[in-house]
Amino acid sequence: MAAPMLRWGCRGRRWAFARVDGGSCHRRGAPTGSTSNQIRGESSVAQQPLHTAQKTRKGEHKWAAVVGLEIHAQISSNSKLFSGSQVRFSAPPNSLVSFFDASLPGTLPVLNRRCVEAAVMTGLALNCHINKKSLFDRKHYFYADLPAGYQITQQRLPIAVNGSLIYGVCAGKKQSQVIPKTVRIKQIQLEQDSGKSLHDNLRSQTLIDLNRAGVGLLEVVLEPDMSCGEEAATAVRELQLILQALGTSQANMAEGQLRVDANISVHHPGEPLGVRTEVKNLNSIRFLAKAIDYEIQRQINELENGGEILNETRSFHHKLGCTMSMRDKEGKQDYRFMPEPNLPPLVLYDATSLPAGADPQQVINIDQIRETLPELPSVTREKLVQQYGMLLEHSFTLLNEVGLLEFFQNVIKETRAEPKKVTSWVLNTFLGYLKQQNLAVSESPVTPSALAELLDLLDSRTISSSAAKQVMDVKNRNPRAINKLIGLVRKATQSRADPVMIKEILEKKLSL
Amino acid sequence: MLGRSLREVSAALKQGQITPTELCQKCLSLIKKTKFLNAYITVSEEVALKQAEESEKRYKNGQSLGDLDGIPIAVKDNFSTSGIETTCASNMLKGYIPPYNATVVQKLLDQGALLMGKTNLDEFAMGSGSTDGVFGPVKNPWSYSKQYREKRKQNPHSENEDSDWLITGGSSGALAGPDPRDSTTVHEPINKPFMLPSLADVSKLCIGIPKEYLVPELSSEVQSLWSKAADLFESEGAKVIEVSLPHTSYSIVCYHVLCTSEVASNMARFDGLQYGHRCDIDVSTEAMYAATRREGFNDVVRGRILSGNFFLLKENYENYFVKAQKVRRLIANDFVNAFNSGVDVLLTPTTLSEAVPYLEFIKEDNRTRSAQDDIFTQAVNMAGLPAVSIPVALSNQGLPIGLQFIGRAFCDQQLLTVAKWFEKQVQFPVIQLQELMDDCSAVLENEKLASVSLKQ
Repeated sequence: MAAPMLRWGCRGRRWAFARVDGGSCHRRGAPTGSTSNQIRGESSVAQQPLHTAQKTRKGEHKWAAVVGLEIHAQISSNSKLFSGSQVRFSAPPNSLVSFFDASLPGTLPVLNRRCVEAAVMTGLALNCHINKKSLFDRKHYFYADLPAGYQITQQRLPIAVNGSLIYGVCAGKKQSQVIPKTVRIKQIQLEQDSGKSLHDNLRSQTLIDLNRAGVGLLEVVLEPDMSCGEEAATAVRELQLILQALGTSQANMAEGQLRVDANISVHHPGEPLGVRTEVKNLNSIRFLAKAIDYEIQRQINELENGGEILNETRSFHHKLGCTMSMRDKEGKQDYRFMPEPNLPPLVLYDATSLPAGADPQQVINIDQIRETLPELPSVTREKLVQQYGMLLEHSFTLLNEVGLLEFFQNVIKETRAEPKKVTSWVLNTFLGYLKQQNLAVSESPVTPSALAELLDLLDSRTISSSAAKQVMDVKNRNPRAINKLIGLVRKATQSRADPVMIKEILEKKLSL
Repeated sequence: MLGRSLREVSAALKQGQITPTELCQKCLSLIKKTKFLNAYITVSEEVALKQAEESEKRYKNGQSLGDLDGIPIAVKDNFSTSGIETTCASNMLKGYIPPYNATVVQKLLDQGALLMGKTNLDEFAMGSGSTDGVFGPVKNPWSYSKQYREKRKQNPHSENEDSDWLITGGSSGALAGPDPRDSTTVHEPINKPFMLPSLADVSKLCIGIPKEYLVPELSSEVQSLWSKAADLFESEGAKVIEVSLPHTSYSIVCYHVLCTSEVASNMARFDGLQYGHRCDIDVSTEAMYAATRREGFNDVVRGRILSGNFFLLKENYENYFVKAQKVRRLIANDFVNAFNSGVDVLLTPTTLSEAVPYLEFIKEDNRTRSAQDDIFTQAVNMAGLPAVSIPVALSNQGLPIGLQFIGRAFCDQQLLTVAKWFEKQVQFPVIQLQELMDDCSAVLENEKLASVSLKQ
């Protein structure tokens, strides 16, 4: 029923859940006012599972939710997947379009080596089996942003299959436990991105920009092993970190480099899986979690009220906080998959199968790529725990917050204070201030050097911990702290100095 | 000069007996004279003359680019030519001017060939008689030949033949080699310049005759020539054996399923958005696409697209497309087995009969004709084999009849070597278009004067 759902949505706060399957979804605490884009280990925006009023009334069985994800990550490469035109964000419209991208008759695809390497690296990092032979297919549909009328993808035999992604959900009291969860990776495939359509409703026209048409994508398919928004969001965050560590994708959701579609269904445990819906248009981790949780609840409500779930595509509207059907009356698309006749099978080698005297420019050696893989986030976290004696969940926070790890490491470099002290200050005081003022690490007025200096003073007991906190206040331009300082100066000048001038001089001296 | 072989003309250019510009102008006037053949969609006179000028400079400086330098060529209008309209004989691409050259075109131009123009074809080359293009049918020049006219002793009918006069003789070496823009290209380098060797020893050859190609519809004349050709090889000491290609009868159907499926896919790009024809409807994207494609394609093209989409539907894919791929494998294996039995080259007819008069040809629809006429030539597409058709002799009507040689995969050189030997043996007559040629010379004289004044 529409009305109750909108009511839930417009409240603009986190969902109360019908009890879901036992230990599958761990939540705690009340929602904070956080606007963070990411699920962080430290302070979650999750909730305890609650019964809904309807539940107690009807006394129904439990519900279990099943969530799978299709993630598209733009490959970080100089040129497109099958043509030499450049890959760049925010270029003038239609300035990065080759003849092939525009689907001029007679043009043919030529595979980009870097994209293949990126796919292999990602597959290895996700514990996949790399298919030594994979195939390309055409997926046909008519749309203005798809010049050829088909997308080249890997439907039959993708480049990597059967992997796994381990992510850590924070649970327990005070979020102090990190529970590792695994989601299986069905496959990773190479495919083309489409162009962009801009709907100009004012002039009743649609403008097409093909700059993005043909850019290489990695589609990562996650099996429906997740059961709620938080799990999905955490898994996606971990994937983001992995892609960024590998350098295979910048995976910035805001810039469209990482796009997620969710497949959601609900059922009673022990019974067959329910009808699933696909939810699209999820452009941030936060909305991802929200949309999934909304959709789970919507389906539960619908079924409990005797309705049925349609196998359809829905779009998430973040302002309303709800999903809406994108269904059109034409029925399901038949993509008429066909092998791509202009591309031979993609053959990869390893140390044992590499042909003797092969030109290294012409072949890809999986073993060689495996040897040169960069350090993965899980390893980085382990190292932090070993090296600095911090808790595992601390390491999660350090990695989850963009730029925080680098900040932390810079402070460690410059201070002689104990690592545990640094950890505590960075994760609690420093991060706390940032969150309060809704700043990113890169926007912080406090530099690593400044914090290092402060911690040195603390360490040598030159200042007290409360004094140190006050300094942080000032540095962070906390108005109360600044005013307090102005007050102290004024007192020292026996109220003769002009407060405005004091403020100016102080700000200069403190280089605020 | 225009009746000579390419090699003879090339020699003449090198020796200065004729200049590229003269040759070019002769060609242009012949094209004008034979306009009624409707063989050309575009005549690129200015381009050709400019290229001729450059070729002449090179010859003067002794820096000719090779055997094709200064040689007039024409390219079928489904090959991209940069800056020159490329229509594929379709409304969909009327006015379309590509920004790049097809690889084969580029190779020809790099060798100094002169591009006379773009020739006519069935729309998107879908057909077997060059009758169904949007610019009208192509007339077979043989209908105007002395040889044919003498036999018929009446007014010629317009007839069917593909206007694919590209090159004759032995200069295929200029085009051989890998295409870096094609991912399915074979990466074997070719030593340039490439010359076909003479056939060392005919008696070492083994010629295969596929028995399934002896179909009831085969005209007795063609059958007779086929037989004579086999005898010729045998008389020179070659082994001539019968082979079997048991899946031949499935070949046409198999081809139609796979071909139309690819067509449906390849033609999906023609929507009027980026290039080509666009209709006037702008109610919605779908409406625009539908009207553009209905207006842009003839019913042959549309028919193939619809068939192809049918075969690619999820519920049909296994039964049609995958099945056809499996049958294709069987057909390809037939050839493998034949060649494994010691055969070097297969010898078959090219067509069922000589060229048929236009009015008779159009009695059957395009699809029927294609199914009938492609019978000997499309199996090699499925098997991925090189093949060549060589004109052998004139029929009783004075019309050309050719035979096909099929070679082993990637053994193009051997195939062409055998074909070259055979061509030499049969000495197929040159087409006698004397009346046209005579008129032509008169025109040429005037042109010569004109060209002199141009140079100033």
